[in-house]
Amino acid sequence: MIINHPLLGPRDASEFTYLGDASLIDRPDWQAENAAEAFYEYGYVRDNPAGEHQELWYHEAGDRSWLVVTRNTLTHEISKVELARDVARARGRSK
Amino acid sequence: MHDLVAITALGGTDPRVDTVGGVTCSEVPGVALASVAARMGQKDKTAASLAKLIDAPAPEIGRWAGTTISAYWAGPDQWMVEAPFDTHEELADQVQTATGNSASVTEQTDGWTRFDLNGDSIPAVLELLCQLDLRKMDPGSAARCSIHHIGCFVLCRAPDSFSIYGPRSSAGSLHHAIVTAMRSAL
Amino acid sequence: MTQTNRLNGGQIDRNTSFSFKFDGRSYSAHPGDTLASALLANDVRLIGRSFKYHRPRGLLTAGSEEPNGMVELRTGALKEPNTRATTIEMFDGLEAKSQNRWPSLKFDALAVNDMFSNFLSAGFYYKTFMWPAAFWEKLYEPMIRRAAGLGSLSQEADPDEYDKGFRHCDLLIIGAGPAGLMAALTAGRAGADVILADEDFTLGGRLNSEAFALGDQSAQDWVAQAVAELSSLPNVRLMPRTTVIGAFDHGVYGAVERTGDHLATLPAGKPRQILWRIYTDKALLCAGATERPIAFENNDRPGIMMASALRTYANRFAATASQRVAIFTNNDDGHRTAADLHAKGVTITAVVDVREDAPTCYDYEVLKGAQVIDTKGRHGLTFVEVALTDGSTRTLECGALGVSGGWNPNVHMTCHQRGRPVWNDALAAFVPGENLPVGLSVAGAANGVMSTHGALQSGAESAANALELTGVLPDLPEAEDAPVSQTPFWYVEGCKRAWVDQQNDVTVKDVKLSYQEGFRSVEHLKRYTTLGMATDQGKTSNITGLAIMAEVTGKSIPEVGTTIFRPPYTPVPIGTFAGRMKGQEFHPTRLTPSHYWAKERGAVFVEVGNWLRAQWFPLPGETHWRQSVDREVRQTRASVGVCDCTTLGKIDVQGTDAAEFLNRIYANGFAKLAVGKTRYGLMLREDGMVMDDGTAARLAEDHFVVTTTTANAVSVYRHMEFARQCLYPDMDVQLISTTEAWAQYAVAGPNSRKLLQKIVDPEFDLSNDAFPFMACGNVTVCGGLRARLFRISFSGELAYEIAVPSRYGDALMQRLMAEGEEFDVTPYGTEALGVMRVEKGHAAGSELNGTTTALNLGLGKMVSKKKDSIGSVLSEREALVEPDVLRLVGIKPLQPEDKVTAGGHLMNPDGPIDAAHDQGYVTSAVYSPILNSNIGLGLVKNGAERLGEKMRLVSPLTDLTVEVELVSAHFVDPEGERLRA
Repeated sequence: MIINHPLLGPRDASEFTYLGDASLIDRPDWQAENAAEAFYEYGYVRDNPAGEHQELWYHEAGDRSWLVVTRNTLTHEISKVELARDVARARGRSK
Repeated sequence: MHDLVAITALGGTDPRVDTVGGVTCSEVPGVALASVAARMGQKDKTAASLAKLIDAPAPEIGRWAGTTISAYWAGPDQWMVEAPFDTHEELADQVQTATGNSASVTEQTDGWTRFDLNGDSIPAVLELLCQLDLRKMDPGSAARCSIHHIGCFVLCRAPDSFSIYGPRSSAGSLHHAIVTAMRSAL
Repeated sequence: MTQTNRLNGGQIDRNTSFSFKFDGRSYSAHPGDTLASALLANDVRLIGRSFKYHRPRGLLTAGSEEPNGMVELRTGALKEPNTRATTIEMFDGLEAKSQNRWPSLKFDALAVNDMFSNFLSAGFYYKTFMWPAAFWEKLYEPMIRRAAGLGSLSQEADPDEYDKGFRHCDLLIIGAGPAGLMAALTAGRAGADVILADEDFTLGGRLNSEAFALGDQSAQDWVAQAVAELSSLPNVRLMPRTTVIGAFDHGVYGAVERTGDHLATLPAGKPRQILWRIYTDKALLCAGATERPIAFENNDRPGIMMASALRTYANRFAATASQRVAIFTNNDDGHRTAADLHAKGVTITAVVDVREDAPTCYDYEVLKGAQVIDTKGRHGLTFVEVALTDGSTRTLECGALGVSGGWNPNVHMTCHQRGRPVWNDALAAFVPGENLPVGLSVAGAANGVMSTHGALQSGAESAANALELTGVLPDLPEAEDAPVSQTPFWYVEGCKRAWVDQQNDVTVKDVKLSYQEGFRSVEHLKRYTTLGMATDQGKTSNITGLAIMAEVTGKSIPEVGTTIFRPPYTPVPIGTFAGRMKGQEFHPTRLTPSHYWAKERGAVFVEVGNWLRAQWFPLPGETHWRQSVDREVRQTRASVGVCDCTTLGKIDVQGTDAAEFLNRIYANGFAKLAVGKTRYGLMLREDGMVMDDGTAARLAEDHFVVTTTTANAVSVYRHMEFARQCLYPDMDVQLISTTEAWAQYAVAGPNSRKLLQKIVDPEFDLSNDAFPFMACGNVTVCGGLRARLFRISFSGELAYEIAVPSRYGDALMQRLMAEGEEFDVTPYGTEALGVMRVEKGHAAGSELNGTTTALNLGLGKMVSKKKDSIGSVLSEREALVEPDVLRLVGIKPLQPEDKVTAGGHLMNPDGPIDAAHDQGYVTSAVYSPILNSNIGLGLVKNGAERLGEKMRLVSPLTDLTVEVELVSAHFVDPEGERLRA
């Protein structure tokens, strides 16, 4: 597989480490009323889509960027690759 | 002046040199390194300080630049500065002074070992070692890659001159990989 | 031996002669021969015995699709079984042996299987060896393995070297026949970076086998000219002897280059084969087509071959299987073979054509509307029996029979990403479907374009389309453009022992049996009969099998469907996949800064991840490792010891938010840690389990150095980058690994301060007041060398860790030893380190095993509730905080010499020993030379409240029961007075 790194261009997937669903960016608020439930869902409950899936890849043998890769689980087609930091900010994460 | 005697990453007092079929692989211990990472929101300031230090614009993604002191791109908002060890052993202090509080600077001198390849047909050696698209490795290129599962930087100095940086602790394995590829390809 | 079946012409170098051996007998050959062509030239038709029935077999084809002609190539450790004679490039001194025969090829004891063929038909294994189950492993399988099978392994390590490599291009062209060459010329002239790969040692594909002309040149001269032009283009890389084995996601292709297989001996340092990974946006499959057989009774005798193979042997290799040849065909291409052989002086007994309207020929007889119904000849073909159109039969005397059932496009690679080929009625063959690997297109015969002109044109057009070239296409040479003329014909009516898949010994009868027994889908047919499941993946057999199934089910072939192919295209030696990654080079080795010194001192090393660490340092006279380890522990606790702990991960954490970042990463707090101080840190996973532990030293307000365990250095760094980029993207924090930039040594023991005072420059005050427990700071050593000093202790003794730039690590170790002589200093290895940490009750890898919480480890109070940190919420889960959760305790046997076994389980003093009554388990066990007792650490239900209890330590596997007492995990200096001294 090839991942088209937003900064470095096409790179072999063997340079990357896979983590999983990009929903791992959406870490719940530890002080929320339902924090225990929210962390349970965050940690354990995943969608398993047959089709487009946003997932986290880490360029371990490269520039150490975490990426959000949109990959079709049926065809392996990768339609989008973004810096995870940008995605995290767009989803409202900050400090 | 301290009285401890350094050894090279391959364990010798003198750097190792191997020549196969017109390509020479030289261990280069005489280099000091410091990483520079821009503080949040300080990228431009860091790049400007760096440019002054290396007497060239701060290298863009996948590039290196500089003169006596040079730098290569190591990651987003992050560079590695290289300079001759003999004159710049305390390079990190110098870089920190240059960048002030716009950047985080970390001594990296002995985190790495460097092998320089000189000669014709270096691409024939490199294509057995790493996945880089060597067609794009023109002078000024600097790319991180994996060589036999060792995370490395490959810098093209000139068409017949490349530097490979690998982690110091893996110097023996990296050297073995390079020389084996030279014997295979040349 | 004279080469009695050598013809004139061909692309062999008659000026040079090679000598080779087959089954011990010497023959001669020429450069340009394959083993197969040389054997035929020497009148050897019998090559081996078949897989199941041990039937005599010869060559079927002249290419990599060969199912039969497999040999053991070379001898000794270099022996390679199941090598196709048709692809072995001849070299001087080649040695090969026939396989699957005993005691000899001509007399094979297991040929008796053939007589029992009624019992060995499809599904035989499933039916016969069902019961009793125990017989399978002991009797049936060994028996079958001996009888059935292929070549034998050398049982020795492969002495050859293999490489892996990586290449990039704009267009990868797979196959260098007319389509591939024309595509390469088109793309190459346009300046694109082209790789042209072909499995053959001579580029040209089918053009090497044909007698016709291209323009005013012979086909071979045209090829030579094209290759010369391509060689002159710097942007074109020709890769002969290179099989593209697979099409993988996103334009990644695997290719095996046989760089040394054609050499008698490999030059030093050179690889036998290279596994290339080729990256390209566009690829063009020009793999040509494979001729398919017709099934008829006894169609597997040596001498019965594909008609196109006979043509290849005659035209390219100047060899023939016999001087008398008959042809059996359903199409015009069979006639081309007859004409070419005739032109070479071979006698054509007759051309048997199933078509009533077959073309006429005046040079030899054509039997129209006729079929071959049986053959004779024990070790090679002697006669064929033909049923004529009027119902009479006729016997033809011939030593070879060329069979042509039409051509199948080589769609293999188009299926590698689950693309399905589609049926083409005009060709009566499957052609590539719509669903191709992204970026791959198909040209020439592989795409069903069967004429030479068509192939040339399709190659040029496809290359231009792939690269979006504009402008005029290159001129094409004039070439034959015959339409495909054939009548689909798969097997002769009424035949039974007619082979469909010769490599797996599957007959027409087996296919029909599969139908009768209900295995009718194409996937069932394949698995029940093993059709197409041999190493050739059924390149010459699949379609025939499908056609027979279609007929018996009354369906059309496309309705029956087809199986698809998977990589590799042809078999690949395992060594090629391993490349250089074997033996000591299986993974990179990391050496510590004191490695060379330790090696010289005779240290015994242990692999810890990729690191080699000194395990202990034996002294003269020490014969058992325990002697060395006990001594190292005693010396360290009595005076001072030094241990290389460089392998611990070190991460430089800087930035104005560095402290807050560590607050999130660690369960305990770091915001208030003073500059110049170090703190133990406990890192949790988000699920509340302990991930890692280490220390963080605050060198400045905005600068920490974090340590990780050796094993988790990489994963902790990754985790911290995840937190930095994905969870807290606006925090001002920068990370970089400094693990090996610094040689770091633990200096431990009551005299450690005294020793360090001799090393650290005098302006740095190391007194307990000035540099207390958990202090850290920059110092200089040995007259001005920058260094870092941490007062931290893993052993429980007064201890420091001192770090200098790695290049000086070797010298510093020597200096510590020299200056420490007056204190009887000892270096200690990982064993002594382990003993001392167990004595002190420090949790390490065995306790941080991914299933333990801070509470389990007795560190529950460290998890701060006042701040957000990774893992803190889920560490509160009900089941993790129940009163009787496992707690870390010390374990001491009542009899000090009784062994404590790590992994052993703890049971109450009375009651049953079973899982239901399990109280916990031992995580670490050592012999403590300080306590003169075996001791251990363990996790026991509610253990913290049960100190003093007696329990049974059991290990049913090793039949062990030991009486133990639960004690505090801190065996040594429980109050921590020593480390604060």
